Amino acid sequence: MQRRPFFGLFVTPAAVTALVFTAALVAVLQYSVRKHVPGSLDVGGLTFDNFTAMWRPLYGRVFLDTLLLCLLTSAISLLLGYPLAYALVRARSAMMKSAILIIVVTPLFLGEVVRTYSWIVVLGNNGFVNSVLLKLGMIAAPVQLLFTVTGVTIALVHVTLPVVVVMLAAALAHIDPAYEKAAESLGAGPVRVFMTVTLPLSAPGIIAGFTTAFAWTFSAFATPQLVGGGKVNMISNLVYQLGFANFNFPFAASLSVAALALTFVSLWMLRFATRPFEKLGQH
Amino acid sequence: MVTGRALVVAILGFLVLPAAVVAIAAFNDRALLSFPPQSLSLRWFIKAFSYRDFQAGFYNGLIVMLASSGIALVIGTAFAVALDRYRFAGRALIESLLLAPLVVPHFTIGLGFLILAAQLGAMRSFAVVVVCHVVLVLPFVLRSVYISLRNLDRRLELAAESLGARPARVLFTVTLPLLLPGLVSGWLFAAILSFNEFTASLFVTSQRTQTLPVAMYNYVREYADPTMAAMSLIFILVTALLLTLANACFGLGKVLNVDHGR
Repeated sequence: MQRRPFFGLFVTPAAVTALVFTAALVAVLQYSVRKHVPGSLDVGGLTFDNFTAMWRPLYGRVFLDTLLLCLLTSAISLLLGYPLAYALVRARSAMMKSAILIIVVTPLFLGEVVRTYSWIVVLGNNGFVNSVLLKLGMIAAPVQLLFTVTGVTIALVHVTLPVVVVMLAAALAHIDPAYEKAAESLGAGPVRVFMTVTLPLSAPGIIAGFTTAFAWTFSAFATPQLVGGGKVNMISNLVYQLGFANFNFPFAASLSVAALALTFVSLWMLRFATRPFEKLGQH
Repeated sequence: MVTGRALVVAILGFLVLPAAVVAIAAFNDRALLSFPPQSLSLRWFIKAFSYRDFQAGFYNGLIVMLASSGIALVIGTAFAVALDRYRFAGRALIESLLLAPLVVPHFTIGLGFLILAAQLGAMRSFAVVVVCHVVLVLPFVLRSVYISLRNLDRRLELAAESLGARPARVLFTVTLPLLLPGLVSGWLFAAILSFNEFTASLFVTSQRTQTLPVAMYNYVREYADPTMAAMSLIFILVTALLLTLANACFGLGKVLNVDHGR
């Protein structure tokens, strides 16, 4: 028999945690098919009404907005993240590298409330951007940035950009510089080296970054809630409102189940669509 | 080359902008936001420190953070070792369940633990908050310990073994000390993330157990004065300081796997 010291001790706590997490997800699933008893936290009998009620245009709109915001945010994060990741990996001085890394990683750990509040101060009608533009005489009246899709997208990109940079940098750091040197010595210019060697080899990082950005945006709550101010709603806001304003936990649960299904279908489709590119990174 | 550098600086500027703006707003004497501030003061810092909900939230958050990051560190380290060394039934299943909180929306996880707590009659307890946070931060511990394990030279363990050390002695005198950078950074990530976690906490905390981010969220919804700017500035500075220290001690680049792997 293979020697496996402490096997049970190492695996059991993790297995229990996985079980508890599963129980929480099952609890949501179980509530999603129960009747709402108005004015009570207890739930009634089995029903699929929650899922049929979801097919109203009001909810469809929020689902569509959520998906679009996720795609938009992930795409912008990727475009802004690539140059930053490249600079991080290729920085010559260790000081420079550390500085970029700290600036990139700090927002990642800040939490949604602090980041969102900061963007309210930046984007508000009396906020930083409008004050500067007014002082410079570039605008006559404040530009409405809060409570708009633009404002929400800017704040969301700020959340996802760091994680995209980390994932892209991980992929870029593992590319052997010899490949680029080889292409260069064969006469390829910097643009051609980048397009035909570096970019394809970093495909796994691009896919991982996009996927994570998508999932994280889907999970965002405080940003659409405070920066969107009820004008821009995502599924998370709907779930919270149904749960804590209407106390309709069964419906909140069914929306969560639908959101979870949508997350997994989207991620699966992303993976399917990007499969041909994934091979590019094998080397 | 020059345009490339300008682009990178601009993107870094975008990342830093909110922190810089909040820093200015925090010292503004007036209750209403205005740029540039007419006069400066520290009154919002004093208010932030003396606000009861923030004080209670700080202590609650500290309790939850210490408990959940400690538990996650033990569970995550143990499982990372098992993942690295052993093949067993359910290995992939447990791993993907433990990593799932990275992609499952936090509001779904929060709602799940809220319902679970309601069914068990533990709605207002710290236990549900701690368990929820353990699940949320575990992927980060698992990842950073696992990366350290991959970089560990197994021959050192074999040497200890061949000299007669029992498995427990090898684990505590060779393996764990060598893993220290991964353990410390994994714990630090877990602690920071737990202390700053918001969405799931909003669902699972009650008035009695509310953590600092939840208290801050409630404050933003009710008041518009710069107290929150002062709080945010403290958060930003402490987080950046901790990460800088972590970077100086064991190189964040290695922990995040963004340094050269070859």
